[in-house]
Amino acid sequence: MPDTPTLVKCLVWDLDNTLWRGTLLEDPDVALADEIRRTIVELDARGILQAVASKNDHDHAWQRLEALGVAEYFVLPQIGWHPKSQSIKTIADELNFALKTIAFIDDQPAERAEVTYHHAEVRCYDATQVAELTGLPEFSPVVVTVDAARRRSMYQAGFQRTAERENFTGPDEEFLRSLDLVMEIKRADEVDLSRVEELTLRTSQMNATGVHYSDADLRALIADPDHEVLTVTLTDRFGPHGAVGVMLLGYHEKVWHLKLLATSCRVVSFGAGAVLLNWLISEAAAAGAHLAADFRRTDRNRMMEIAYRFAGFTDDRCGCLDSLPGNDSDPERAGIEFRHLVADRRPEPTTMRVEAPALDSGARA
Amino acid sequence: MTTANAGAETAAETVEKDLTVFLVQRTGAEPDVDQDLFATGVISSMFAMELVVHLEDTYDIEIVGPELSRDNFRSVRAVAAMVLRLSSAEAT
Repeated sequence: MPDTPTLVKCLVWDLDNTLWRGTLLEDPDVALADEIRRTIVELDARGILQAVASKNDHDHAWQRLEALGVAEYFVLPQIGWHPKSQSIKTIADELNFALKTIAFIDDQPAERAEVTYHHAEVRCYDATQVAELTGLPEFSPVVVTVDAARRRSMYQAGFQRTAERENFTGPDEEFLRSLDLVMEIKRADEVDLSRVEELTLRTSQMNATGVHYSDADLRALIADPDHEVLTVTLTDRFGPHGAVGVMLLGYHEKVWHLKLLATSCRVVSFGAGAVLLNWLISEAAAAGAHLAADFRRTDRNRMMEIAYRFAGFTDDRCGCLDSLPGNDSDPERAGIEFRHLVADRRPEPTTMRVEAPALDSGARA
Repeated sequence: MTTANAGAETAAETVEKDLTVFLVQRTGAEPDVDQDLFATGVISSMFAMELVVHLEDTYDIEIVGPELSRDNFRSVRAVAAMVLRLSSAEAT
């Protein structure tokens, strides 16, 4: 069986005689070949980030990238006189990516060797290979989600957000308010589900049971009147954070069964999980239902346990739990405990606006 | 009896002070000892986790299961009371 190569998450470009033809210091009008422009646009659409490591004067080189109309495609440009191994390490650290997910393209064998010497995991390509890149498996993700295509703009917005946060001296709550956060909760359709599959796979710290619901599992439940599949997106004045949460509810007469709650690590510091839980609790209170959340302790989800407990969930017994599927009968539910709550109305969050459908229990008599 | 009570009060104040310093450092705002920490949007899951781990490390206690309740974390005063209760339980 052939090994699937690790996908490249960020490609770092050299500029002179790699991205553009010629050397900027000798020819201020260096040109960009059409096939290179196509490669940049295509990799961007696939959700692969692109950065720059070039030995040049920063402002001069960046102005040229802008004039060529491609500057917007790059994050974290490292243009200066540092060794390229150092530039690449900086890029990987800032993105919080492992070095084995970084690729580097440069026409100079000595530059590639210098990078390889310090970071053997970084995959290096000669400038002559540019046209092949989009055909290589390591640059070809199997599924390209809506969010993947927007990944670069989400990272760019993230850098701006971080910069503002660092310069902000007031309390966190005021900073959060200054972001104009809007959380949109909606009933999932098939397009939304392709966005959250990645989320349920990736967010093991923020998954209450460690159970992975596949795209197909959730798809089948969309049409089921006894279930509710909800997706959550978050936006602020810097732009979208993309799909940041997914929730699966099972409706019963006296109790709503929260089977899955997964939120993205990217938005934990905004308090998105607590806002989502409080919204759900208010909805259940309005419908006169209790809430029972599945919880299974894993090595990594203590944060989730604390989130449930702090929202008021307990492990007290309640008669409503008798109507839920037993944990003995189904091997898939082994080790899953209920966290129970008698729902009460919660105040609106002070740090963001929530747009959501009413979870009307009237439809289910 | 009187002496023991005085000692307990001092300890509670110490924990409250330490906790206030931690909250100021991490959230930029100084809460009153009785202020409801959940009333504002600042207790994110990540911050809650940091707070629990900070208390466990600083006071050599374990905060698990039902102890992780909203009531125990509602205010600086409530947290300090819990810390003292758990640390005296560990000692005996």
